[in-house]
Amino acid sequence: MLTSRKALALAALLASAAPALAQDRVLTFNTNASDPAPRQMFETLAADFMAEHPEIRVEINTFDHEGFKTAIRNFLTADPPDLITWFAGNRMKPFVDAGQLMDISDVWAAEGVGENLASAESSVTFDGKQWGMPYSYYQWGVYYNRDAYEAAGIAEPATDWDGFLANCETFQAAGIDCLTTGSKALWPVAGLFDYLSLRTNGYDWHMQLTNGEIPWTDDSVRAVFAEMGRIAPFITANHAAIDWQDAVALMVQGRAAHYVMGNFAVAAFRDGGMTDDNLGFMSFPTINADIPRAEEAPTETVHIPAGARNPDDAKLFLTYLARANVQTKMNDMLGQLPVNSEASVGDDPFLQAGFEMLSTAEGGIAQFFDRDAPAEMAKAGMEGFQEFLVRPERLDQILDRLERQRQRIYATAQ
Amino acid sequence: MTALPHDPAPPRARRTRKTLTPWLFLAPGMAMFLIYVLIPIVQSVWVSFHDWDGLGQMRWIGLANYSELWWDDAFYTSLKNNVIWLVLYMLAVPAGLMIALFLNQTVRGIRIYKSLFFFPFVISQVVVGLIFSWFYAPGFGLLYAMIEWLTGRGVAILAEEDYVTYGIIAAGLWPQIAYCMILYLTGLNAVAPDQIEAARLDGAKGWRMLWHVVLPQLRPATFIAVVMTVIGALRSFDLVSIMTSGGPFGSSRVLSYYMYEQALSEYGYRMGYGAAIAVVLFGIMMIFISGFIWKMWRDEKGL
Repeated sequence: MLTSRKALALAALLASAAPALAQDRVLTFNTNASDPAPRQMFETLAADFMAEHPEIRVEINTFDHEGFKTAIRNFLTADPPDLITWFAGNRMKPFVDAGQLMDISDVWAAEGVGENLASAESSVTFDGKQWGMPYSYYQWGVYYNRDAYEAAGIAEPATDWDGFLANCETFQAAGIDCLTTGSKALWPVAGLFDYLSLRTNGYDWHMQLTNGEIPWTDDSVRAVFAEMGRIAPFITANHAAIDWQDAVALMVQGRAAHYVMGNFAVAAFRDGGMTDDNLGFMSFPTINADIPRAEEAPTETVHIPAGARNPDDAKLFLTYLARANVQTKMNDMLGQLPVNSEASVGDDPFLQAGFEMLSTAEGGIAQFFDRDAPAEMAKAGMEGFQEFLVRPERLDQILDRLERQRQRIYATAQ
Repeated sequence: MTALPHDPAPPRARRTRKTLTPWLFLAPGMAMFLIYVLIPIVQSVWVSFHDWDGLGQMRWIGLANYSELWWDDAFYTSLKNNVIWLVLYMLAVPAGLMIALFLNQTVRGIRIYKSLFFFPFVISQVVVGLIFSWFYAPGFGLLYAMIEWLTGRGVAILAEEDYVTYGIIAAGLWPQIAYCMILYLTGLNAVAPDQIEAARLDGAKGWRMLWHVVLPQLRPATFIAVVMTVIGALRSFDLVSIMTSGGPFGSSRVLSYYMYEQALSEYGYRMGYGAAIAVVLFGIMMIFISGFIWKMWRDEKGL
């Protein structure tokens, strides 16, 4: 009796040990995909990868999008997973500097990987090495409500800044906010600043500014703020107290005409009841015609933490992630643009328009203010933009403060 | 078994037992206090002399964080807001007393009224913050609509740098008044009826009765109410975080929120600077805490 029970227990132990041995090749993947579409996309991605590599099991841990930003520092140092989602540019630099991310130059150098991702290479490269794998990006631009245009009696949106501002006066007379935003979380105003900066002084200047090479008290910075001051009176009042989604509601209801936003807002516009008939998209109007048109398109990336337990399979996963057909499927589900130049872009008219706009941007493609500039500068800057929109008379004070920050932040960064 | 009760322990051992026992009983509490209070305080002060992003190497920079604080406008905004919080939050004490006096009567169903008044203290601060955000919200908020109806132009309290701190304090007062009220209600139960009777016979009424007879007996409740309100005002973090995230452009920050922003928020990770703010906040709190401890010590000595 006893012996048979022992044998049973032993058998059970063996049975449980055998699959554990087979499934030693586990990839833990911490993502910030808390919204339904990205969440489903990553689950499908993992399932497809496992179908191709049955010996590897991918375990996804989904974090809340905002909570991820603080959790990442804990799990990178305490219990690093094998794969993480993060953002390109300066947002990943602190982790690179602290040695928390793995150099994946070898994956990039492999046959058929790097050459198709050339457009995003610079945004994941530090010290000549690649630290992340880009899989998706999306355009920022001007979304507008055609019904609001009709209500104000304006036929077509103007593509030049003076015409745009002239239309704003007509909108204002009709009781419609020409431009809306919700700046409670600060970052929406950074999109507006970036475009004004790219249109006034161009891509190279914008990159120098975010790299801390231009004093904020410089006349060229004042030129950008001067344009911001021209649009300020036409922006939704009290934008500092509302979230970006609240401003979406204003545009859906026709109480606002334009919104400078990322393409992810299209889903929100559609949820609010807008259709492809009355939702319009265009590139930000031209301010200085001599400057080559640059656009803004943040890139989404996946990285391997330096402490990953299964780096070999993680690299295999990134090679898979870089593939054209994989990126096509992922971005179809996300409603975003694939980075791989061989991948095909979804049928969505806004995606098509965005792809067209980005692929013809001869000036260059910026990431976003908080990815191009170091985090502290981004925070100080965005606060300054918001303050300027509400209190334009404080320009000197704001620029002096930003300049003091610049001297401190970039001095310690070196 | 031998007779234990008259265990003739040598006097020496008894003395050691007498001196050792209190320490043994205190040990767990002291260990907790050491690990969770004293050591973190020392660590915070230590970190405040460094430049550290929480991941990489710590770099000793001496007093540089403090000298930066000296020139930091945002720090003074936070400090000013903390003072406003301290002063206005004190309103909770008299307001709580008034409501407690008002509710301290024997009417049918008074318990229901008492619990209704106590309700805001039961719900989470996060919910309080959300309720007040909606109350102030431009467009659909009740207060916004009322101001618009009265003056023709709505005011979004949380978007105006001049009003935003007051708006948040108003939200914070709601549960704090309820808390002070419950402290006073229990205090009022302990008020000696014979003294009230005696005072009444002597012709004391209204304010005089309250000031000279009731309030002195409520002193312990007042003490606790003031202590809790001061501490509540200094650690006001949740409401600021929920309602404005310190905005618009940082004008509703308080020290505790600024510390969080610098040390732990999305664009922060300046652990040293955050620690320096924490040390300053600790210094301010110490002024009050030592005052309270001194008073308690005097009371216990019966001075």
